[in-house]
Amino acid sequence: MTSFLKSREALLALAILVLLAMIASRFPAFVEPASLANVFNDTAPLMILALGQMVVILTKCIDLSVAANLALSGMVAALLNGMGVPLPLILLIVLALGAALGAVNGLLVWKVGIPSIVVTLGTMTIFRGIIFLMTDGAWVNAHQMSDEFKALPRHVILGLPVMAWVAVVVIALFAVFLTRTPLGRSFYAVGGNPHAAVYTGLDVGRTQAIAFVISGTLAALTGYLWVARYAVAYVDIAGGFELDVVAACVIGGIAIAGGAGTVGGAVLGALFLGVIKNALPVVGISPFWQLAISGSAIILAVAFNARQGRKAGRIILKSAEAGA
Amino acid sequence: MTTKPTPRVIPDRLTSPLSRALRSWEALLFAVAVAVFIANSFASPYFLNAWNLSDATFNFTEKAMIAFAMALLIIAGEIDLSVASIIALASTVMGLVMTAGFGTPEIVLAGLATGLACGALNGFFVARLGLPSIVVTIGTMSLFRGISYIVLGDQAFTGYPKDFAYFGQGYVWWVFSFELVLFAVLAIGFYILLHRTNFGRAVYAIGNNPTAALFSGIRVERVRFILFLLTGLMSGIAAVCLTSRLGSTRPSIATGMELEVVTMVVLGGVSILGGSGSIPGVVLAAIIMGLVTFGFGLLNVPGIVMSIFLGLLLIGTIALPRLAKGLRRG
Repeated sequence: MTSFLKSREALLALAILVLLAMIASRFPAFVEPASLANVFNDTAPLMILALGQMVVILTKCIDLSVAANLALSGMVAALLNGMGVPLPLILLIVLALGAALGAVNGLLVWKVGIPSIVVTLGTMTIFRGIIFLMTDGAWVNAHQMSDEFKALPRHVILGLPVMAWVAVVVIALFAVFLTRTPLGRSFYAVGGNPHAAVYTGLDVGRTQAIAFVISGTLAALTGYLWVARYAVAYVDIAGGFELDVVAACVIGGIAIAGGAGTVGGAVLGALFLGVIKNALPVVGISPFWQLAISGSAIILAVAFNARQGRKAGRIILKSAEAGA
Repeated sequence: MTTKPTPRVIPDRLTSPLSRALRSWEALLFAVAVAVFIANSFASPYFLNAWNLSDATFNFTEKAMIAFAMALLIIAGEIDLSVASIIALASTVMGLVMTAGFGTPEIVLAGLATGLACGALNGFFVARLGLPSIVVTIGTMSLFRGISYIVLGDQAFTGYPKDFAYFGQGYVWWVFSFELVLFAVLAIGFYILLHRTNFGRAVYAIGNNPTAALFSGIRVERVRFILFLLTGLMSGIAAVCLTSRLGSTRPSIATGMELEVVTMVVLGGVSILGGSGSIPGVVLAAIIMGLVTFGFGLLNVPGIVMSIFLGLLLIGTIALPRLAKGLRRG
């Protein structure tokens, strides 16, 4: 029990509660259930993407192409909708596309052995460029989308929009997937100690490639939700969002060196950023502050992670390995 | 490049330095640069003109200044993704100093000092606290540009003094711009620093094996800190040049430039894993990227298509040698 209280998840949850209490003392309307539900719904894309990013980071990689993948998949969804393709088929095609884009990253990392940061920096610009080639830079606006296409993420079930429910389902699936399945555990094994993972019979590169496919698929899912909810698709949607996603993971205590992190941490990290983002206009601070705040949060979180890791002693073995 | 499968045979003589030089990455880059140059001169009648070529150099000079320092950083096994944001912050500080009524010398000093301060902050986190440079600089990337947004919002600084325009628009002699001359001087400076000094050898040693470097008496922490300082300073210099050339400061200035700088360094043959690379390679890569961008511009290719090409170039330059090696082995 004490170990839980000292855990990153408990600390983060406490930080979020303190933050909410501080806002509530001046602006009580912010913590009304409807408002909180709105914050949760607004943070849904970040939570979904953070879970995909977390799986990639667990395997010692990083996926900087998620936002570009989101934009490309979202644009394809909007274009297919314009051609009159039925919604279920659109979702299938888009998810397959996201998985394929993730597989491109994964194969370059696995088969060619290029560091993931280089691969995804490259594919990030390539994916966005492809959107431009497809559309000539034109926007797909609300009136060009069918009502059904736009309505799905906003459809309210039991007080929460579908977009928020999708996040809830993804969180639940990942909580089971990462702790209760062999594949889920293999992400931790591959990132925690790649050499040991090889001797255990795990294919490190293949596991990393699967992580990229998962991240890509979730990016595409978010891409549809994003485009349908905001009812607009263009080259630059979610520009720079990959940094928020990485920030959510780092704040959530996902070790950038791989092998450590929990679903709860990633979700709370995303919620922490989401609460700040939604609170800024309420408190009356210019939204221009948001970038600097999330930057500071990343640095504080990584400094904090490093201190915690040093205490555990586990890292000593890891640094000995890195030095060898 | 095709060595015959003759295992366990010791060659009579080592490969001559000349043939080794001809087979190097730099030689390949040189060939590519010549090819791009020839292709460009066929593609557009406006290409072979001293003034047009001089204009083309602005496509790479500022990025290349940062790329030199970034090359050292990457060779030492670190990376700095905050360079473009350092430009934004340095440019914003220069704008503030200008608005406060100071002249060109103070504006330039403010830009350089901001660059150094940002580099020192990155260096403190990475070298002193031992945090991973990629996460730290992703954080400072948001932080530095975020401060610019806080200061400027959707506004811009304009109205820099007339003589300030020299750094980005002035010419030293004939078609040789101030930026081009500065680029050449810095290239020679960094060549000497990396290839002819103890400091340069220390950079390679740290990139290959930090632990061994530490045990052989290299002050790893200090070298890393200096490298971040140097990258910050170069970003500050680039900020002076870019601000002077554009004549204004917006918080979105130089967005995405970190990608182009990293691409330049990697294309120049610097291993992203650290431990190897050279300044001549980076110089050639800078020239190639500048020529390609300029050629595309002459052909009216939109900027975002160039960025696709850039992304393919980044992945391709790393993938091709590896794939070739894999094929030869299999």
